[in-house]
Amino acid sequence: MARFTKTMKSLAATALGLALAGAALAGPAEDELVIETDDGPVRIVTKTAAPAFLADTFDTIYSGWLFRDDTTRDMERDDFDNPAMVFVDRGMDAWNAAMGANGESCAGCHQGPESMAGLRAVLPRVDAESGKLMILEDYINACVTGRMGLEKWGTTSDDMKDMLSLISLQSRGMPVNVAIDGPAAHFWEQGKEIYYTRYGQLEMSCANCHEDNYGNMIRADHLSQGQVNGFPTYRLKDAGMVSAQQRFVGCVRDTRAETFKAGSDEFRALELYVASRGNGLTVEGVSVRH
Amino acid sequence: MNSHLWRVSAMVTVIATPAICETAPKDVSFAEGAVEASLTGVPGDPANGVKVMTTNALGNCVACHQIGALPDVEFPGTIAPPLDGAGDRWSEAELRGIVANAKMTFEGTFMPAFYKVDGFVRPGDGFTGKAGTEPLAPILNAQQIEDVVAFLVTLKE
Ligand code: HEC
Ligand code: HEC
Repeated sequence: MARFTKTMKSLAATALGLALAGAALAGPAEDELVIETDDGPVRIVTKTAAPAFLADTFDTIYSGWLFRDDTTRDMERDDFDNPAMVFVDRGMDAWNAAMGANGESCAGCHQGPESMAGLRAVLPRVDAESGKLMILEDYINACVTGRMGLEKWGTTSDDMKDMLSLISLQSRGMPVNVAIDGPAAHFWEQGKEIYYTRYGQLEMSCANCHEDNYGNMIRADHLSQGQVNGFPTYRLKDAGMVSAQQRFVGCVRDTRAETFKAGSDEFRALELYVASRGNGLTVEGVSVRH
Repeated sequence: MNSHLWRVSAMVTVIATPAICETAPKDVSFAEGAVEASLTGVPGDPANGVKVMTTNALGNCVACHQIGALPDVEFPGTIAPPLDGAGDRWSEAELRGIVANAKMTFEGTFMPAFYKVDGFVRPGDGFTGKAGTEPLAPILNAQQIEDVVAFLVTLKE
């Protein structure tokens, strides 16, 4: 906030009417994220060199964490203060519960949740067997229906988001490393096209806000690069967990457009593309945003 | 049948009365981005223009623009050029064109078109996220545009 105030002053002093070159105005915070956890400190990469395919666009990619205010950033520094941990605990209860049609549990097949370490960092990915593009929600539902004989969980249901929280946390601190070539390539291209399409009556694309204008204020909102390495995130405004799929719905709705559905082919491809723009940042597991 | 027709025409009259010589969004003619004729023939009200520009559900211009003449607006955006001096830089006709459809003045601009009703990709029904049917209602009506223009012309350095 202090940085922003300074910017506003220098802005007023600038010759008015000058075309203001966006990103230089109010950048990401100068800050480092080391999270205190039960297993000791975990360093999070919130700022790193942009992946090669973005070379003409960005030098540096930033986690959304660097665009939030001091109080919100602080809540993510210690698991004890992170409201998302409640949902991780709920996910842990579900993990151990004998909830399957024949009493199966996640733990029965996978042992502890730490067996999921690394998964979140490479998703979405193309499933080798089916050739389908899979987000974490798809893997979870494959077990819920195929191996436990239950009705599929809603993409944005509480059950689903609790489990996303638990499994994502297992990859905390690992670099996002989503494959964009081979069988992923055509899904990636589809996601890229969506990213640059100007939807809705406001005719705005993801890139208009998160590429052209990150660092700027859209009214009181400090625009980030729209990275998904922090997801699922505890959103203070909603007092609950928000998945990347849900965030996409919200952002497209804000352009006065007909959104795609959470979990649709389009938004799964978009998640692959957006995740790949964050290759090199680390998974935050469960982050805090406002 | 008769009474049904009557009801329909009565509704149309109610909606259309204040806008007898209003130019519909599709009929606006742009000359190099500028729109010479008033959209309504009724002089704009600058005070209402300010309201339109600073209300989220209306123009919400301050989401992107700062306006020195309106120091009470909290958290104006920093995306677009400040509007101070716009009345010096642009004629009334040019300002009307920019507000109606800024894309006619600035190719590919981020600024939304406030008086445009079709030609959108996946047009929505307002902010519901549901599908809308084109032609949509324009974001601002003709008189609101005139009111905004009436305020913009006063922004002289
Ligand atoms: C009208 C402007 C606008 C558009 C268009 C837009 N967003 Fe956003 N987005 C925001 C705002 C405002 C926020 C909250 C502040 C922030 O993190 O940037 C946000 C947040 C996000 C976040 C959360 C980042 C974090 O770390 O918490 C993601 C992810 C995101 N957007 C992705 C997208 C994608 C993908 C699209 C296109 C489908 C898109 N956005 C289109 C305005 C927009
Ligand atoms: C989402 C962002 C956004 C919104 C909302 C927006 N504008 Fe703009 N506006 C811009 C940008 C960006 C430019 C610069 C033109 C360009 O080069 O693209 C601009 C340019 C202008 C200009 C010319 C600037 C000058 O002085 O040279 C005027 C006048 C203007 N806008 C008025 C308005 C009014 C009035 C509204 C609301 C009814 C509005 N704008 C809403 C983004 C926006």
